[in-house]
Amino acid sequence: MAQWIDVCAKDDIEAEDVMRFDHEGRTFAVFRSPGDEFFATDGLCTHEKVHLAGGLVMDEIIECPKHNGRFNYKTGAAKGAPVCVDLKTYRAKLEGDRVLIEI
Amino acid sequence: MVLNVIVIVGAGEAGGRAAVALRAAGFAGRIVLVGEEAHAPYERPPLSKAAITDPATPAPVIIGDGGRLTELGVEQMAAAALAIDRSARRVELADGRRLGYDALVLATGARARALTLPGAELALTLRSFEDALRLREAIHAASRVLVVGGGFIGLELAASARTLRREVTVLEADTRLLRRSTPEPLAAALEARHAAEGVEIVKGVRLERIEATAGGVVLHTDAGAYEADAVVAGIGAAPRVELAQAAGLQVDNGIVVDGALRTGDPAIYAIGDCANFPHPLFGGRRLRLEAWRNAFDQGAHVAKALLGETEPFAALPWFWSDQYDIMLQMVGLAEAGVSVTRRDLGGGAQMLFHLDAQGRLVAAGALGAIEKTAREIKLAERLIVRGAAPTPAALADPMTNLKKLL
Repeated sequence: MAQWIDVCAKDDIEAEDVMRFDHEGRTFAVFRSPGDEFFATDGLCTHEKVHLAGGLVMDEIIECPKHNGRFNYKTGAAKGAPVCVDLKTYRAKLEGDRVLIEI
Repeated sequence: MVLNVIVIVGAGEAGGRAAVALRAAGFAGRIVLVGEEAHAPYERPPLSKAAITDPATPAPVIIGDGGRLTELGVEQMAAAALAIDRSARRVELADGRRLGYDALVLATGARARALTLPGAELALTLRSFEDALRLREAIHAASRVLVVGGGFIGLELAASARTLRREVTVLEADTRLLRRSTPEPLAAALEARHAAEGVEIVKGVRLERIEATAGGVVLHTDAGAYEADAVVAGIGAAPRVELAQAAGLQVDNGIVVDGALRTGDPAIYAIGDCANFPHPLFGGRRLRLEAWRNAFDQGAHVAKALLGETEPFAALPWFWSDQYDIMLQMVGLAEAGVSVTRRDLGGGAQMLFHLDAQGRLVAAGALGAIEKTAREIKLAERLIVRGAAPTPAALADPMTNLKKLL
């Protein structure tokens, strides 16, 4: 059953950036958009299983650290070769000063 | 030009990518992809790494997760191309088939250079998936491995063999590693890492001959004899230009193409490892790149060029190499720079920025854990493309976010 999990404080992630979050053997990427909204996806790129938290966030796109695979982190959509499989996304929210994701 | 049939010769990264990109760009005509290998186009980067070290016997990593080309209606033919009849616009295959084309894309790649010394045939080389299987078997069966050549392939194989706890010696003719591709400070740091892992590196050595022994080989050099169970040569690659040359196309360190990746024959293009192209961001300097990213980018670009796009190919050169748990990345053209600024990325990672005489950033290189380096290299790439001229002080300061310099 899905539940809300505490990830970090709001300012642990800079605007237009990403952080790795590990929980009970699973790994996630948690994003803060330039507009200060929070998002979460599976942590590993669907192409070569590299962690996306080492990648570059530009606007609403995360670029995988390994190749030039790009995803929209708000929707999980793969933005073309070499990635063709979408990322799974999770709901995220801010409660007070804390970032939570639903997994 | 009426474009009904496009033939692509060479089913590697560049050729496979071109076929996918043609469909993505809406080309509905016939696409024939001719390749000599028994496999659908696959990714070569894992061949020196995971294909050697994975406990399970590897399978080729097919581009686009397999089956994609068939889904897209790309005809794949496993045959060697023997000749191009340019006046009839026809390619002749080794199995006797003749393929008419409206446009032809040459993506013939490169072949591993072989040693030229007595006993050279005792050295394994790496280019294809089958080569990787042979190497895997030899390295797994060995306790001592000799690697001839301290370039990317040689060092990646040395790291893979060392990861499997084999004793490894790298023999390099030059007085330093990676001269062609990598600035000295990064090459030196990588060499130090190999030494710390227990790899013996011998530089400035001249090879004389290889002989078979009862259980392995012995390599005689001017620095003594080296015995091992297996020897592999990673001494570079040569572009496969014979088909183009025999057809009268211009060849000079690769098949010569213009900014649209087109040869002197307007119906024939060349892409990937075999293509020599001018780069508009570096004053039209001619480059021939042996790299996954270039093959990928040129495959995508030629599809657009075939369908009428007139922008020249301008993607930046971009290389990477995985060794142990670190990654070396280079973007841009370091030889276009006149000064170098270093940034410490923490955790043993570092980055170099190359500026030209006008102070513009023209290249960057990084070595270290991927979490430390990847994002910085991607930002450097964007700065180079924009022609940015950041101050050396800002580049050297780890507290300056490169994103803020965009």
